[in-house]
Amino acid sequence: MRKFFTLWKREVAMVFRSPAAYVILFFFLLLTGFNFYQTVNLINQSGMPRLSVLEVYFNTPYFWFGFVLPFPLITMRLFAEEYKLGTIEALMTAPVRDTQVLLAKYLGALFFYVVLWAPTGLYFLIFWWQTGLSAGSSPGVFIGSYAMLLLLGMFYLAIGCLASALTRNQIVAAIISFVAISLLFFWGLYSLWFPNVSRLLREFTEYFSPIAHMASFSQGLLDTRPVVLYLSLTALTLFFTFQVFQYRRWKV
Amino acid sequence: MIKVENLTKRYGGFTAVNGISFEVGKGEIVGFLGPNGAGKSTTMRMLSCYLPPTSGRAEIAGFDVFKQSLKARERIGYMPENVPLYSDMRVTEYLRYRAALKGVRGRRMKERIGDVMDLCGLRDVERKLVGNLSKGYRQRVGLADAMVHEPDLLILDEPTIGLDPNQIRQVRELIKNLGRHHTILISTHILPEVELTCSRVLILNRGRIEASDAPENLRARLHATGDVRLEAKVADLEKAKDALAEIAGVRSVTATEEGEWAVFAVGTEIDADPREAIHALAVKQNWPVRELSRNRVTLEDVFTEITHPEE
Repeated sequence: MRKFFTLWKREVAMVFRSPAAYVILFFFLLLTGFNFYQTVNLINQSGMPRLSVLEVYFNTPYFWFGFVLPFPLITMRLFAEEYKLGTIEALMTAPVRDTQVLLAKYLGALFFYVVLWAPTGLYFLIFWWQTGLSAGSSPGVFIGSYAMLLLLGMFYLAIGCLASALTRNQIVAAIISFVAISLLFFWGLYSLWFPNVSRLLREFTEYFSPIAHMASFSQGLLDTRPVVLYLSLTALTLFFTFQVFQYRRWKV
Repeated sequence: MIKVENLTKRYGGFTAVNGISFEVGKGEIVGFLGPNGAGKSTTMRMLSCYLPPTSGRAEIAGFDVFKQSLKARERIGYMPENVPLYSDMRVTEYLRYRAALKGVRGRRMKERIGDVMDLCGLRDVERKLVGNLSKGYRQRVGLADAMVHEPDLLILDEPTIGLDPNQIRQVRELIKNLGRHHTILISTHILPEVELTCSRVLILNRGRIEASDAPENLRARLHATGDVRLEAKVADLEKAKDALAEIAGVRSVTATEEGEWAVFAVGTEIDADPREAIHALAVKQNWPVRELSRNRVTLEDVFTEITHPEE
């Protein structure tokens, strides 16, 4: 456990020491800030159905754009960089378990993801302070939105982790995870683009649609099915990552 | 300390290490020699639990490198080739991180880091970023990292590569001193270094162990003695050649002329040293002599003989 913590601290330190982290943070805040501005604008338009600020905020195209973008950037260096620099050799000849290294890297990335999204909470605080109105209709809306944000993040970070374990080239890792995450994401839009598909296919795609999940969770409707889905997909992807990580050592 | 049985590593169709077996006792300093691609690094990587062997087994201090890898790793200080380091960390920070990973904690960590920094001469760079260090200092950081948890066994893969002659001498001294408390397995291309530091040499070629002995025994095995060189002024070259050939222990004599001096290369038989007799002959014949010497067989000759690079 102590070794895991040492490894995790190292991962976090490595992220926050690179200038890239602050570039990502800066542009991310710009994007989410813009999204917030657009959200408030949208709500003020006449003829809008009565929606809470949170509900709109977590369902705009700007939100999804900003959501998908950081994953490849956060995860691409995790393993690829260590392979490239050869530091993996020093790391894996120290008495640490493969699982400790994998989880430290994964949870280090998750920590940065949380840091990335945490400031968005301020927007709703500012909204409350300025207007005297709550941004969500109930506490469940807050819990639901951020829970779905975390669940989706966990799964997509695991995909990025897997992509990074596959190659020693960070760019290749970024491209793999970007393509995989985009495919998974747009899969959910399938029934939107082709409205004439059968009911079965529509239901099937909606079951995997992050947009549908976020829509229901941001209304405060906490469904256990997506929770189980994303937790198990995360576990599965991390399991694959572990296998790839070990396999590469057998092969190299 | 190290026990290797039939260790084999194959990469696809290529056999890097082919069923080698050897043992290293506690306190030995063993030099690993061999041309590039002989399987030295691969063997060291398997011993340090980085690569799993294809077949065969290896034990470090009684722990199997594959089945009891964590226990074995706790007892090994490994310095990989080219010393990969995290360039964004400061020297003390890096050593603290590595010590923590290897289970060194609290007061002992402070002591150990102080000790290895003194030992490796890192005091004047302790606050510097690893990425800004010169090659020599990087090498020393790698060495300090390998020693920080007081391992029983040090595995050093080419610790002096890329260093200048002064730094090589410093590292060599350091390794010699370490040999008092640690067992050391060291690979290198610099043969004089092996002769100076190692108590035993393993010569690897194409994945097999070709020789394993003390450096002086290896030399003895090649030719008991080297050729004798005589430079003298002689009246008659042919007569002098015949006279030399008659001396006991002399196998062959060839002569060349360098101006008024004659240069004889005297081939000797095994275990024979005819220098005294040659001197006596020169005195008797009244030859002025300017050189009488014997070429020592170097480890380089042994290395060349065993690994046959010309093939």
